[in-house]
Amino acid sequence: MSAKKTLFDKVWDSHVVHQIENGPDVLFIDRHMVHEVTSPVAFLGLKNRNIRVLHPEKTFATADHNTPTINQHLPVEDPLSANQLKMLEENANEYGISYWGLGHEKNGIVHVVGPEYGITLPGATIVCGDSHTSTHGAFGAIAFGIGTSEVEMVLATQCIMQPKPKSMRINITGELQFGVTPKDVALFIISQLTTSGATGYFVEYAGDVFTNMTMEGRMTVCNLSIEMGARGGMIAPDETTFHYVKGREFTPKGEAWDTAMDYWQTLYTDEGAEFHKELTFDGSQIEPMITYGTNPGMGMGISNDIPNAEAVQGGAATYKKSLQYMKFDEGDSMIGKPIDFVFLGSCTNGRIEDFRAFASIVKGRQKADNVTAWLVPGSHKVESAIKEEGILDILTEAGFELREPGCSACLAMNDDKVPPGKLAVSTSNRNFEGRQGPGSRTLLASPLVAAAAAVTGKVTDPRELMEMETA
Amino acid sequence: MAYDKFNTLISSAVPLPIENVDTDQIIPARFLKATERKGFGDNLFRDWRYNPDNSPKEDFALNNPRYSGKILVGGKNFGSGSSREHAAWAVYDYGFRVVISSFFADIFRGNCLNIGVLPVQVSPEFLQKIFAAIEADPNTEFKVSLPEQTVSIVTTGESESFDINDYKKGNMTNGFDDIDYLLNIKEGIKEFAKTRPF
Repeated sequence: MSAKKTLFDKVWDSHVVHQIENGPDVLFIDRHMVHEVTSPVAFLGLKNRNIRVLHPEKTFATADHNTPTINQHLPVEDPLSANQLKMLEENANEYGISYWGLGHEKNGIVHVVGPEYGITLPGATIVCGDSHTSTHGAFGAIAFGIGTSEVEMVLATQCIMQPKPKSMRINITGELQFGVTPKDVALFIISQLTTSGATGYFVEYAGDVFTNMTMEGRMTVCNLSIEMGARGGMIAPDETTFHYVKGREFTPKGEAWDTAMDYWQTLYTDEGAEFHKELTFDGSQIEPMITYGTNPGMGMGISNDIPNAEAVQGGAATYKKSLQYMKFDEGDSMIGKPIDFVFLGSCTNGRIEDFRAFASIVKGRQKADNVTAWLVPGSHKVESAIKEEGILDILTEAGFELREPGCSACLAMNDDKVPPGKLAVSTSNRNFEGRQGPGSRTLLASPLVAAAAAVTGKVTDPRELMEMETA
Repeated sequence: MAYDKFNTLISSAVPLPIENVDTDQIIPARFLKATERKGFGDNLFRDWRYNPDNSPKEDFALNNPRYSGKILVGGKNFGSGSSREHAAWAVYDYGFRVVISSFFADIFRGNCLNIGVLPVQVSPEFLQKIFAAIEADPNTEFKVSLPEQTVSIVTTGESESFDINDYKKGNMTNGFDDIDYLLNIKEGIKEFAKTRPF
């Protein structure tokens, strides 16, 4: 009988081209996604070595990180951004890579469009020069972010050199409470593990909470794996996954689909397979979450008070420096704190389900006067769905405007910058100092919490604004 | 791109006793717009190093004339956050060849190794000794030996070993990079590619 394997082992081992003793594995990459910011130096490296892209058909390029989210039909004003975008287009054309640039109907955030068009597949290895590549693990893929030297490696050889990470399984059992979303589940896990608690590991998420989650929700959870230090996170593919994947543009068709399905149905952790570390949490204990500090591990249930320095893991000096930056005190309640900006979007929460959630709260209410709201769909496909489902009408009636797709205020490389000192409730992934603009202060939360803040002008428990669904 | 060979470095060090130093602090996103690997050192720790009017923040370690050297010493979980290799480029371009911490984020560590910056992970206790030694005398020199895989405080002789896999050690010693290796096994990769279903 063969050894019992984890889902991660099955996918990793099947991609190992070559093993180096006391060194990394040479791992074959099925899908490589490329964007404008981390690729130019890699393409320059290819030119200097005078080599071609080995598998342009496995490589996909989209512009997202520094693109504007208004007036995308006009030339990009910032000359440095415009130059990076031009370089990406030239490189894609020169090497025969699919390029979905600004204005292209398939344009959007790399981790949103990959799944939308069936580039992301179960059992695949997927890399991109972006740490939130972990998103694609939602499909049972091994997906992780890489540096620019590695982008060059994959362009040149379709391989990467990585020591095999250790494995961790995080089980969340039970049922989520009313008003608790996948974002809250992820922020809860990170608050328990800290931002370095999964460093060196690849995580499998298991348990009822994930089994019952939509693909959008699974993507949100896997997206945030990197925020606890994990290289990536993955969820075993199931009927929910296969239903999502089937029929998309780049998905295998006909006989190829059947062959793929035969393989995909073997992608689960064998009963009795061992992990280096295993954790279990009770999903029914998770509240809507909010962060109060300058890393994603500094989060808590929205009704809690900011912990004292003595009560947290890590050094007290670093913790106090963080609260000082946020202009908060130990023991503060977050509820009721006035806010200035709301950002709905990013590869974490820029999908249609996130806009449905946001709309469910703002429907019939009005945007608070003190709030500037940036609602940024993750892709043109998401934007179209927002319009087709009537969500745009709800948003417009409530005083909100919809912007055009891109990474936007998640990392503020374009003009969507939160001004110094201003406080933003953001559905994105990082609350680092200055992440959303120099001096900006970020509270990470779900689309429901963001919507509640947007209509009340302050941090508000969304459950107070939601009608309890009756059975 | 092949890089400088690394063998042994003896240098004073710059202390940054802060935990969870993330890549957005090492190099903020707005400085990632270059299309060549040039000048990133100017913006290393930009927002901790400079005021909004571009005047230096005098209390920040890089602006403190007491501290200098080719070694950067950071608190636990150094380099967390994004995959931007620009963070490692900025560290290198500023002039550091070694980063010492008690814990590194994975991608940052890998990026450093890929461009010729040596990440040296020491125990939390030894890290505190290093910070204390710099605090007592900023001219304290540290010896980082890649062949021996040790870091020592030159004046006291206190020493600790660090891990690095044989493959990466060989690359750092010889100034090779992974692409050199991969190009050498390209035929095997091409054969493997034929077996992939999609």
